[in-house]
Amino acid sequence: MNEIIETKELSSSVKMFRVKAPEIAKKYKAGQFVILRVNEKGERIPLTVADADAKNGTITIISQEVGKTTAMLGQLNAGDRLQDLVGPLGKPSEIERFGQVIVIGGGVGTAVAYPEARALKNAGNKLISIIGARNKDLLVFEDEVRAISDELHITTDDGSKGHHGFVTDVLKELIEKRVTIDRVIAIGPAIMMKAVANLTRPHRIKTVVNLNPIMIDGTGMCGACRVSVGGQTKFACVDGPSFDGHEVDYDLLMTRLRMYMEQEKVAMKQLTKADH
Amino acid sequence: MALGYNEEEAMAEARRCLKCPSPTCTKGCPVQIEIPAFIECIKKGDFDGAIAKLKEKNNLPGITGRVCPQELQCENECIFKKRGAPIAIGALERFAADYELKKGVKIPEKAKSTGKRVAVVGSGPAGLTAAGDLARLGHDVTVFEALHLPGGVLVYGIPEFRLPKSIVKAEVEYVSRLGAEIRTNTIIGRTLTVDDLFETGYDAVFIGTGAGSPWFMRIPGENLNGIYSANEYLTRCNLMKAYSFPEYDTPIHRGKRAVVVGGGNAAMDAARTALRLGGDEVHIIYRRSRDEMPARLEEVRNAEEEGVQLDLLTNPTRYLGNKDGWVERVECLSMGLGPPDESGRRRPVPMKGSEFLTPIDVAVVAIGQGPNPLIAQTTEGLKVGDDERIIVDEFGKASRDGIWAAGDIASNEGTVIHAMGNAKKSALAIHEYLMK
Repeated sequence: MNEIIETKELSSSVKMFRVKAPEIAKKYKAGQFVILRVNEKGERIPLTVADADAKNGTITIISQEVGKTTAMLGQLNAGDRLQDLVGPLGKPSEIERFGQVIVIGGGVGTAVAYPEARALKNAGNKLISIIGARNKDLLVFEDEVRAISDELHITTDDGSKGHHGFVTDVLKELIEKRVTIDRVIAIGPAIMMKAVANLTRPHRIKTVVNLNPIMIDGTGMCGACRVSVGGQTKFACVDGPSFDGHEVDYDLLMTRLRMYMEQEKVAMKQLTKADH
Repeated sequence: MALGYNEEEAMAEARRCLKCPSPTCTKGCPVQIEIPAFIECIKKGDFDGAIAKLKEKNNLPGITGRVCPQELQCENECIFKKRGAPIAIGALERFAADYELKKGVKIPEKAKSTGKRVAVVGSGPAGLTAAGDLARLGHDVTVFEALHLPGGVLVYGIPEFRLPKSIVKAEVEYVSRLGAEIRTNTIIGRTLTVDDLFETGYDAVFIGTGAGSPWFMRIPGENLNGIYSANEYLTRCNLMKAYSFPEYDTPIHRGKRAVVVGGGNAAMDAARTALRLGGDEVHIIYRRSRDEMPARLEEVRNAEEEGVQLDLLTNPTRYLGNKDGWVERVECLSMGLGPPDESGRRRPVPMKGSEFLTPIDVAVVAIGQGPNPLIAQTTEGLKVGDDERIIVDEFGKASRDGIWAAGDIASNEGTVIHAMGNAKKSALAIHEYLMK
């Protein structure tokens, strides 16, 4: 168990891993995540499961290098083993036939959004996808998303591919064109999810976001992942990770995500020193 | 901090015991250890006899010797209590257990294999006790643990300075050597359900998942950076070794001025941890008076000796943060004591207009925790009470056939020894059920 079967670089900082985890693969539903440790002194980090193959007993996880743990994870290859892997965690996403849905993925969030988009498509929804990244090299899962979408929009902050601008520009246009939108699912950086929610709120378009706070156990034991939704404190690991996008306090989420910024720099420096 | 007796000291303390003909100490013990009998062995220098006597009723004496609130149990009933110095039963228990550990724990004889399989969910005090007893009775036991290390609250909650991890490790090894398989990283209610366990051939399921869901006060500012639940604060340090950051990767915010809210053992543990993380000033804020504190007397003493300050009859009302979202001050109210409430303790009553602000940079909320609802939510036919605890009979049997539960998931006694005592009863009941 926990053996890496295959890896693939999706962009310069995003890597995909197919990992042997038969029990997790069997139970997994779109929207759920796992918690892993890379080595014995490592921290526990949550990562969303992008796909699961119950028959072969594998799950696919996607990691973007943002700190020491994800950097160490990025150095692992097929044949290596994760120290610990536990899941599936969190509530599965709501999959129903809503009508026409827009799935928005920002950066590595596109890979996280993909299984939910696919499940929604399979449930009979018409699927409009908007995926964005800072530049074209950071776009992930473009082909996969295209294959399941009725309509695909691509945006890049620098204009290197698709629309020059943000995913919200496209969403705004679709809203203005009075395209039928029964539900929006937005997964990406907190700032992007906040912008999406601000756009859809006045139009009362149901918007679901997937939150990514800091976690330790992932089973509701520590409360590190507390988020404020509709003025109530929730634990993202057991009450989420999906929440009503119009009710989330994104500023609190962003503040709490910055809690260990200083320590992350120290850890990263130590890692790069060890490499040389 | 208590360092433990050497042989001479233990024998001297044991000689004080009067061997009362009808010993009240034993009645004060939740698992009815024959206390005068084990003390008699120590008196004679028969330490192997002492540990054997203890283990008749208690699988984990090295742990309970350190974490039991003896002053409310056995030692409270000791005839010498009235004269102020009861026999130090807890310290003697710890001595006998440490003696055995040093010498090498002997594995007792096991019954012949019954061919029956039992799943034990959770590897804390209740789970380890049930697993040990059931394995000894010849059953094929698997222990499922959600975290990456077994031990439950004994590893994530209780700090090294109060309960060395080597002792927990030895107890876990003891259960493994009895033949129980311990599977970490497996969450029952997520990775597998209770129904999966029955379907894959387990004949009975014991649930000992504890009280792992932390409570917050729901006051303004409680989600500011620098404010932790006791569970998170202690887990970062004990399980993840954040005190050794950056050697270990898990960080923790080291505050200079820390407050810990609550009066139980977790509050004392968190306060002493805050000191060790470099806190210059650590305060415990508790809304009642010293007499009502649920923590063990020894823990309160240890905390005070180390420099923790107790702000009694004080209750936080809100936290104030700086522009970056970090906690900067806590506002508290002074409390008076009114007439007794439902718990029999005098009810704290806020004193109007007594609000005051204290500058802080870390706060730990240690006001208690409830049961984790994952199993109840995913197990058809398992009844829970209003407090989300699993409803059981006096032997720990739950509403659904084949399922037992003990420890904090089934009762609110909240001590390691009660969890173990009830787990022992469940183990026996499971044995009878399987051998029917």
